[in-house]
Amino acid sequence: MLSYLLRRLVFLAGSLFLASVVLFLLLRLLPGDPANSLLSVGASPEQIEAARHAIGSDRPLPEQFAHWLHQLVTFDLGDSFVSTLPVGPEITSRLNVTVPLTLLAFVLAVVVAVPVGYAAALRAHTRFGTLISGVSQLGIAVPVFWVGMILITVFALRLGVLPAGGFPQDGWERPGEALNSLALPVITVALVMSASLIRYVRSAALDVLGSDYLRTARALGSSFTRAMWRHGLRNGAVPVISVLGVELATTLLGAVVVETVFALPGLGSLLAQAVAQHDYPVVQGVLFVSTFAVLVIGFLSDLAQRLIDPRLRGRLSSGGTR
Amino acid sequence: MSGASEAREVRVGAAGRAPSRRRRSPALVTGCVLVGFVVLVALVSLVWLPYAPDDTTGTRLAAPGGAHPLGTDKLGRDLLTQLMTGAWIALRAGLGATALGGVLGVCAGLAAGFATRWLDDTLSTLLDVLIAFPTLLLAMLMVAARSASLGSAVLAIGLAMTAVVARLTRVLVKRVLAQDYITAARTSGTSWPRIVTGHVLPNIWPTLVVNLALQFGLAVMAEASLSFLGLGAPPPNASWGRMLQEAQATVFTAPTGVIAPGVLLVMLVVGVNLVADGLRDTLDPTRRRTR
Repeated sequence: MLSYLLRRLVFLAGSLFLASVVLFLLLRLLPGDPANSLLSVGASPEQIEAARHAIGSDRPLPEQFAHWLHQLVTFDLGDSFVSTLPVGPEITSRLNVTVPLTLLAFVLAVVVAVPVGYAAALRAHTRFGTLISGVSQLGIAVPVFWVGMILITVFALRLGVLPAGGFPQDGWERPGEALNSLALPVITVALVMSASLIRYVRSAALDVLGSDYLRTARALGSSFTRAMWRHGLRNGAVPVISVLGVELATTLLGAVVVETVFALPGLGSLLAQAVAQHDYPVVQGVLFVSTFAVLVIGFLSDLAQRLIDPRLRGRLSSGGTR
Repeated sequence: MSGASEAREVRVGAAGRAPSRRRRSPALVTGCVLVGFVVLVALVSLVWLPYAPDDTTGTRLAAPGGAHPLGTDKLGRDLLTQLMTGAWIALRAGLGATALGGVLGVCAGLAAGFATRWLDDTLSTLLDVLIAFPTLLLAMLMVAARSASLGSAVLAIGLAMTAVVARLTRVLVKRVLAQDYITAARTSGTSWPRIVTGHVLPNIWPTLVVNLALQFGLAVMAEASLSFLGLGAPPPNASWGRMLQEAQATVFTAPTGVIAPGVLLVMLVVGVNLVADGLRDTLDPTRRRTR
């Protein structure tokens, strides 16, 4: 296990390096010098040259790449073109909104989806099972921003019980208020997320319920609960956990849209704004931080699968999402 | 484009008809009806529209009824017209991205699945890293660097899908190759190409088709999200996402503007997902046996 962990950590570091290369190439190879977006239309060639020099896009690519790596290692991601403030601290402060939003929604979704999905599998051919499948079908097909808009209309505008958007200026100084303003966004994300989770839990549970090993355990005299607990849980958990990793990552990224709907000052709205303003260092920084997060989530979910399923232990990367 | 959707329906019909004892999957039928409705709306929009898409002569935010069956938006444009052009855009986005992602993804996945261990590790690491680039962010980046257009959006969504499809294909191929009957086939001298066509493809294609149908739904949603953020097809091509974004401010005075595009979007995606479910039930023999 320890050697696996070490190898997997090296692998993670390699992926991160690869990600930084891909990101670097992606951003440099895209047409248009970033300096152009710094200036308004009709800037003189001298101005463009000065801007290129200021942000270093006139230097050769390897040198730029070394500079970019140095930036990443020291977490000094440069200054925003628009606000001229350093990007690193800006991202950190935005994470104060995005991370709680993602984690709360994730926990809520899991707490709802696992029991509901299991119940739906147990009663797959009853009216209850069909109803749950139908509702989760609907939930999967609903865009997250539409759910947000409907929830705002009902709970904020019509009933007036929760704020429609925004986040307290002083952040988590007053946790109650901060939580209050996160309530609707969290519910929005959790609703959409649990819809798809329910499907995965249901299908994993169905696979287990139809499996030969469960029947064998029952035939050997094990009670249903005991057979499920000893054999079903682990088997069913592996696909669900691999999906959980993907879902967590998706949620983190789905935050872009949700934060826009609810006017939350998170990472996603920072990115949306930066893209609109061609604020190149900010875009680059946010993309790297979110890619980093997704890779770490993948690493953790791989690790969890490995702990649960000894059959996976022979291989380096389980890479298995269904 | 319409050819592809017809092809799907033909295949669906054939699958549903096959052995007479098998019950026709209700999910499949419902899904086909929902998708068929949106396809019909999109096709009609090509030959007939109630108004020109950029016709702003209507009363602003008119209630549904009379000259405008669904009312108008805040610029006085007819909502039904926009909804219909939006259907065509949604289908184009879905089909384009799925075709791109499906073809590239399956090829890459097959290659990785059959590759030597070293090559496979490299490819799957690359895929993991590519998957770590979020679809939406990648799309935002591409759209921001190029221009906001349907093409940029489809390209970005399709490329992001490639990684997902490739990884799925790779896992499926590996799973089949680990089976004893492959060893048996190899031992008895079956060539690799025959194993691919005789064992691997027949085993993985049901899952692939189902997954591609799901990816189609995701692509439609991704396009709507991009348009919602103002990064999709530019006006006057009304995309459902942009309609929703424009109607957000006036949700109280003109709720139709928020409800109608949302309902159509949900219909299309639910429809595609139901088709996927129905196909899985019809195509996968192990699902028929269990419960």
